[in-house]
Amino acid sequence: MPTHEFDVIVVGAGGAGLTAALYASKGGAKVGVVSKLYPTRSHTGTAQGGIGAALGNLEEDRWEWHAFDTVKGGDYLADQDAVRVLAQEAVSAIIELEHMGLPFDRNPDGTISQRRFGGHTNNETKKPVRRACHAADRTGHMILQTLYQQCIKNQIRFFDEFHVVDQLLSADGRAAGVVAVQIGTGELHTFHSKAVIWATGGWGRVWATTSNAHSLTGDGPAIILRRGLPLEDMEFFQFHPTGLYKLGILITEGVRGEGGVLINGRGERFMERYAPTIKDLASRDVISRAIYMEIMAGRGVNGKPYVNLDVTPETVNRYLAEAGETRRIDAAYIHQKLPDIMDFCQVYARVDPVKEPIPVAPTAHYGMGGIPTNVDAEVLATPDGQIVPGLYAAGEVACVSVHGANRLGTNSLTDLIVFGRIAGRKAAEYAAGADLPALPADPGGEVSRELERIRTSNGKVRPAQIRAKMQDVMMARVGVFRTAEGIQTAIDALHEMQEDFRTNLTIDDRGHKFNTDLLEAWELGALLDVAEVTAVSALARQESRGAHSRDDFPKRDDEHWLVHTFARRRDDGTLALDHSRKVDLSLGHMPKERVY
Amino acid sequence: MQVLFRIRRFDPDKDAKPYWQEFTLDNVDPTDRVLELLHRVKWEQDGTLALRRSCAHGVCGSDAMLINGKNRLACKTLVKDLADSTDRAKIEVAPIMGLPVIRDLIVDMEPFFDQYRAVMPYLINDEPLPEDGRERRQSPEDRAIFDDTTKCILCACCTTSCPSFWADGNYVGPAAIVQAHRFIFDSRDTAAEARLDILAAPDGVWRCRTIYNCTPACPRDIQVTKAIGEVKLAIQRGRKHVRPKVKPHGPEGEG
Repeated sequence: MPTHEFDVIVVGAGGAGLTAALYASKGGAKVGVVSKLYPTRSHTGTAQGGIGAALGNLEEDRWEWHAFDTVKGGDYLADQDAVRVLAQEAVSAIIELEHMGLPFDRNPDGTISQRRFGGHTNNETKKPVRRACHAADRTGHMILQTLYQQCIKNQIRFFDEFHVVDQLLSADGRAAGVVAVQIGTGELHTFHSKAVIWATGGWGRVWATTSNAHSLTGDGPAIILRRGLPLEDMEFFQFHPTGLYKLGILITEGVRGEGGVLINGRGERFMERYAPTIKDLASRDVISRAIYMEIMAGRGVNGKPYVNLDVTPETVNRYLAEAGETRRIDAAYIHQKLPDIMDFCQVYARVDPVKEPIPVAPTAHYGMGGIPTNVDAEVLATPDGQIVPGLYAAGEVACVSVHGANRLGTNSLTDLIVFGRIAGRKAAEYAAGADLPALPADPGGEVSRELERIRTSNGKVRPAQIRAKMQDVMMARVGVFRTAEGIQTAIDALHEMQEDFRTNLTIDDRGHKFNTDLLEAWELGALLDVAEVTAVSALARQESRGAHSRDDFPKRDDEHWLVHTFARRRDDGTLALDHSRKVDLSLGHMPKERVY
Repeated sequence: MQVLFRIRRFDPDKDAKPYWQEFTLDNVDPTDRVLELLHRVKWEQDGTLALRRSCAHGVCGSDAMLINGKNRLACKTLVKDLADSTDRAKIEVAPIMGLPVIRDLIVDMEPFFDQYRAVMPYLINDEPLPEDGRERRQSPEDRAIFDDTTKCILCACCTTSCPSFWADGNYVGPAAIVQAHRFIFDSRDTAAEARLDILAAPDGVWRCRTIYNCTPACPRDIQVTKAIGEVKLAIQRGRKHVRPKVKPHGPEGEG
């Protein structure tokens, strides 16, 4: 088995991975980036509306306000020590991106342009504040491109289309590298390193309707779980309120930031009832629930399960005038600020948003939970904060936790850059003082046997059949609204699917080169594990908080549940939950009722 | 509706040469993407079909293919765009041309990324940063002149539709020129001359014969031929004497 030696291995080449790679390299480490995709295919590139930081370019803003909004948006589950780091370091992180060449939109004075986004407010007036720095509606694309460009400039070593399938730990419990399949040949490679940074993104493909790429299959969390390590707060998965109806393609919150409003089948701007102060710019969990409640009350559009997102200049200007604002918009402005949204709507829905409303419904979007880390991006082995030496995680795959129970728009990109930078620096520092740990015996053995089992499997069920079943049951039972009975139904069904996956699977492709049949089946195994942890964590949490909404426990319960969930696989295969880790409240924001 | 779906297949371990395989797909929704048809084949009928894809909505650039004779993204092409009538469509899918086929619809992207890397596709500016620790200033007008070329997703639709590139794979190709344009006309960058020198070499922009295949092939609607023309002009007149024209926003501005 070919073996490669590095100081630091980064798994994943999206925003967090590329940032981590750059800073680890600048910190003097020999860095290798291993990704199942070409870096520019990573899902960071689909982020649209903006990256949040209190630059204050257009009006007064402060990092403290950004921090409070993040805590409130997260329904008080975010760790406030981590939120402080996010909000404070966001400013310098974004200035650095500009220095790297990111083509932000500009204000007339040449500074970075900012716009409104859900849940971001002036804490004194309670009104929306312009905090989202953007490059049209392709901010993520420009971040991904800029970071990749800098990696090329800094001659970072990439292993593109190498699919990581296992984490290596030394006998004394340190990170020792990873195992990856070279997709083009089917050959397994060992990446032997002092430090490993996980940055594989999310797992939206657990659900039937999602904004997430096909590649977002939860490989990172599944591998960490299989190595006996915990996952944190997996019950919290965000449904973005405005996915394009039926397809789930993301329609950025920036549409509402520019003045767009949500309208039900009766022509009402229903968010006025749910969030009287900031209405359509309330946080995502609140709006997703509101949309479903409108639909369930028979107020969807034309009796169908969607509502309208109206950004026609006529409607926007009417509401701007009603709100006493002097600003007005026209079609050219919408085209300038939201060109990709115009394109998606035209191509996929045959709708011209400057003339007619966009049909939207909630879409599975973002995992607040993930691999637990501390504020230094070090992976936690236990709820009381012991770390796995040499192991780091950043971005969506990590749970630090800055997003708590519900992430604010723009904070995912901020998270990637802020904690990617920390992970890169810390891993380089660690590697400088560490020796190369001994590899475990037979490093690729276990995963190689599993891949061989799948490659030669000869049962009756195709991976796509199991995957569709999983996605449907998770959508219906572990989606926006949940009950104990529904979640238990999902868990029982998932266990049957896992059994089918182990004993009754079949695939067609028996080859080695670009065997995506095999790798998709392996990804399904990861998805099933992640879905199971999500459902089991959701069943235990008997309260409603942020994105986790229980019909049978409709209230938030700070007395019992101001704690994080840690889920771990026992040796007997069952999942063990631990709720002993308390939420960090060091900024002093004590839980209070959450109104928008 | 019903789709007669023909896919160009090739497995180097089994096949002496590429061949067409036919599938008939029933109950196709006219708004289905071609990518969904490929998934139906792969997930329901023949798991050995090999293709790349990820985001499925035209942003990541993974699934560039030759679809009914034109380079397009499979995830951004709807069946009804290719249909002969409301109930039938004939769709042919083959790998993009000019890059070595590895398997089925998958080509070797390394030569393409080598050409991209050759034009120094990163901001170069060694001048001191602003003393206040803030962003470099750039006017909205200076930002606008390279806006179009920042949209590139490196899908290779343009380069692999170019007859000059088919004829000579050493030609740097439209995508790399687009990427160079993005920095050449960025007011913050200081290395335009070095990039223009690279592109003035024999395998650079002068291999472009203005055939114009690249512009309609671009799934991001980048005015590729226009960008190449501006780079040619910058080589002839000097960067300082060329200022790209900005098209107005909105449908009236689309060429």
